[in-house]
Amino acid sequence: MTTLAFVGEYGVPDPGSPAALAWLIPVVPAVSAALLIIFGKRLGNLAGPVAVAVAGFAAIVSTLVFAQLLGLPEEQRALVTTVATWLEVGPFAVDWALLIDPLSAVMLLLVTWVGLLIHIYSLGYMHGDSRYPRFFAYLNLFLAAMLILVLGESFLTMFVGWELVGLASYLLIGFWFEKPAYASAAKKAFIVNRVGDVGFMIAMFAIYTSLGSLAFSDTLPQAGALTTGTAAAVGLLLLVAAAGKSAQIPLYVWLPDAMAGPTPVSALIHAATMVTAGVYLVARVSPIYATVPEVGLVVAWVGAATALLAALIACTQNDLKKILAYSTVSQLGYMFIAVGLGAQVAGIFHLLTHGFFKALLFLAAGSVMHALADNTDVWKMGGLRKAMPITFGTSLVAWLAIAGLPPFSGFFSKEEVLVAALDTPGAFGIWVVGTLVAGLTAFYMSRWFFLIFLGKPRYETELPEVHPHESPPTMTVPLVILAVGAALGGLLNVRPASLVTFWDPEPGFLEGWLEPSVLAFAGDAPYIAHGPAVFLVLVTGLVGIGAAYALYLRPAPEPEMVRERLGGFYTLARDRFYVDELYATTIERPGHLLADGFAAFDRVVIDGAVNGLGTLTTGLAGVGRRLQTGFVRSYALAVAGGTVLLAVIFLGGAFLTGQG
Amino acid sequence: MAVVAQAEAAAGAGEFWVFILIGALALGSALAMVLMRNSVHAALMLVINFFAIAVLYAVLEAQFLAVVQIIVYAGAIVVLFLFVLMLLGVGGQERFTERIRGQKTAAVLLGLAVFVLIGGAAASPFLGEGAACNVPAEIRAAAAGETCVGLTEANAEGNVRGLGFLLFTDYVWPFEVMSVLLVIAALGAMVLGKREEDPADLVDQGESGVPAPFEPDEGSGDGSSTAGGARRADTDAEEGRS
Amino acid sequence: MIVPIGWYLILAAALFSIGLVGVLVRRNIIIMFMCIELMLNSVNLTLVAFSRMHGNLDGQVLSFFVIVVAAAEVTVGLALIVNLFKLRGTTDADSVDALRA
Repeated sequence: MTTLAFVGEYGVPDPGSPAALAWLIPVVPAVSAALLIIFGKRLGNLAGPVAVAVAGFAAIVSTLVFAQLLGLPEEQRALVTTVATWLEVGPFAVDWALLIDPLSAVMLLLVTWVGLLIHIYSLGYMHGDSRYPRFFAYLNLFLAAMLILVLGESFLTMFVGWELVGLASYLLIGFWFEKPAYASAAKKAFIVNRVGDVGFMIAMFAIYTSLGSLAFSDTLPQAGALTTGTAAAVGLLLLVAAAGKSAQIPLYVWLPDAMAGPTPVSALIHAATMVTAGVYLVARVSPIYATVPEVGLVVAWVGAATALLAALIACTQNDLKKILAYSTVSQLGYMFIAVGLGAQVAGIFHLLTHGFFKALLFLAAGSVMHALADNTDVWKMGGLRKAMPITFGTSLVAWLAIAGLPPFSGFFSKEEVLVAALDTPGAFGIWVVGTLVAGLTAFYMSRWFFLIFLGKPRYETELPEVHPHESPPTMTVPLVILAVGAALGGLLNVRPASLVTFWDPEPGFLEGWLEPSVLAFAGDAPYIAHGPAVFLVLVTGLVGIGAAYALYLRPAPEPEMVRERLGGFYTLARDRFYVDELYATTIERPGHLLADGFAAFDRVVIDGAVNGLGTLTTGLAGVGRRLQTGFVRSYALAVAGGTVLLAVIFLGGAFLTGQG
Repeated sequence: MAVVAQAEAAAGAGEFWVFILIGALALGSALAMVLMRNSVHAALMLVINFFAIAVLYAVLEAQFLAVVQIIVYAGAIVVLFLFVLMLLGVGGQERFTERIRGQKTAAVLLGLAVFVLIGGAAASPFLGEGAACNVPAEIRAAAAGETCVGLTEANAEGNVRGLGFLLFTDYVWPFEVMSVLLVIAALGAMVLGKREEDPADLVDQGESGVPAPFEPDEGSGDGSSTAGGARRADTDAEEGRS
Repeated sequence: MIVPIGWYLILAAALFSIGLVGVLVRRNIIIMFMCIELMLNSVNLTLVAFSRMHGNLDGQVLSFFVIVVAAAEVTVGLALIVNLFKLRGTTDADSVDALRA
């Protein structure tokens, strides 16, 4: 492998250009969130349009910034705008600064535009909710936080966004906190995320200690100066952080529970934006991983294991949002494979296409739930194709995209990820797992699609009181827009001609665009021939679809047969491999015991000491109070006695020794 | 020389007798003051004591202080005491029964201890011939131990002049502070002596059972301001009628 | 017939002790107050005696200040006693025992 070096030249945007005004992108939603929280009740139903306008503003400014970067020469596309000084403690200084470079610009577009669509969708979805303004305040808060995360120019500013995203996520998951299960889901997400945050913080400490700065523009070009040990430690700690946010093993357990939140939240936070923060982080610090590719390999394997585990679980779930949640975890695993192997472009590519089709799937799921009075059991659905044609059509596109059929977007991004595994020596195992997961993905998504939209309309008997209908335009328009993205998202990184000659795609826009921002360290020589591998993956996907057809669509669904065949393994997967239970016994119960111990210690020893002191004081005071007769003359006597005592000490001593 | 020495010895003898007589008077009046049951008599004993001390000041070459002692203490302070005694009408006999066990014994023992300590320890180095200012200077200088310098030199231009010089030079700052202190004391006394609007607020009957001195017919102060307000209103109304 | 300064000091000590015993023994606050005046005077006496002993007037100046402080003290003290009498109707020091435990 050739010696890699991250050049990283950072400029300052021209005053008055969109990039110089980029600080408006996070600030406006933040201000809007604050105002909506305070005045939301007075605005009432106006709160929704206000929030949408704010999201639209952010999207437009982001687009302008992106356009400005497009017009700049490649080596001048990394811009740093300093808004204000935040902290200055001796040599330690952190600015509120924004980093606008190709990577963050792409993320900006994804976050603001998908965010805008989901804001619009929420207008219809949340209509009639008792805390309608509050919901939009939280959405704006989340948008602001995510934009700070993406734009932050230092680890610390990014961390601020990182934490705010966690907060917004907590608020949104627990939005219907009246249900205890939802409230505890929010708590779970928050706490599991904290575990990752600790990794982030320790990584920051290590970086500051060894490089003396936290700014990306200072640290990343110097990443090569890190000792291997430090770089490895930082890399692993950031992996912990990324695993927390992006729901990877071992911290993925919060994401499926997070489906308690309103569906637009699931789409916005838990599919398209927040969960990609970890991928973004790993891509952003790629110069650090480039110095220790072995740690990158660990990242990739974590991703591969997560992808496989989550895909297996997804095959057995019956809740339409839970299936999507595990699917998200699995797809995030792909992204980790890519960024871990050093193929950041592939990772970001998959992040973007996944942002489109997974947001679309969630919004479609929300549309279905809307039509079926918030039922989520896929076995009570079926045959919704006729009742909800737009939802069906858009879901079809999303299904094909995620199942990896050309020429839809998911095929190309997944291919690039797997090709990266082929190109990297020692990563063949990852390719095998990835291919297997591709088949599983096709299987569980087909199962999802078939059970909901095709087959017999089981809801007629299962849910006699509901009459499904297509959702209002505020919900279907975002679906259609996202469907276009899901279908054509491949064009982000392949030339249009490759949509036909999909077996040998030519790299497109993203490849060159992201080059200045990241340090790709994946091998680029084909280690194993690509062509046959591509077809192999495609065939695996088709097998998955076929299996789903055979099991769930052909004459009648026969799920019982699968269960019988797979026996114990099926149960294992259905019960999510008992990971939650494992955590409950290994972490939660000892934690409870420890806390009980501490509580007992607090009660007995600490409270005992305090109370004992109190009792002692009271007792002594009971004796001492007898001295207080209240008579002035007694006190005067005491004073006189004390004076005499002092006189004896000072005068008497001299007198007795005869010293005048 | 012999004549001068004799004359000085005679002066020394004069101081000796004055000290014996006046000292006895001071001691006697002080004891009498402490032992007198009638507080007016005690105050009179205090006057005698102050006069005696004034005489001692004069003997000790502090003529100005002697005069001040008579004017301020005997003239003003004791009169103030007597005035308060008369005003409060508590000049009568005081019972000597002791409520605090052992107080008297302890007090007398403590007094003796203080006397022994101060009088013994502090005064012992000053009992020699050299510390006697009524002895001729050359004898004093020859004697062992502490030597009395005498104020002949310091009082050369007169005692008042000497004091005044010190007061307005070295001690001018404390002197000014003293004037402030006096103003504060005067103000404090005025505030304390000011008659309260509503005596009920002041009356804390306790177990003494003595009614409030100003409104003897009022109930034992419930401290309610409404009652006071009503009373004031009545007074106002009467004034309005008259 | 010498009169050493020590004699004056002993006399002052005696007066001080008498005053102290008076403060401790008497129950009439006014008389306790008089005893305090006596103690102040005895201290003045020592100051004046030492002034003569050392041949400068600083001791007398200090005595002068003590007299001023005593005057101020008497003013405020007597005002307090008058107020106390208004409250309690007596000048018995033992009647003021709100601090009794």
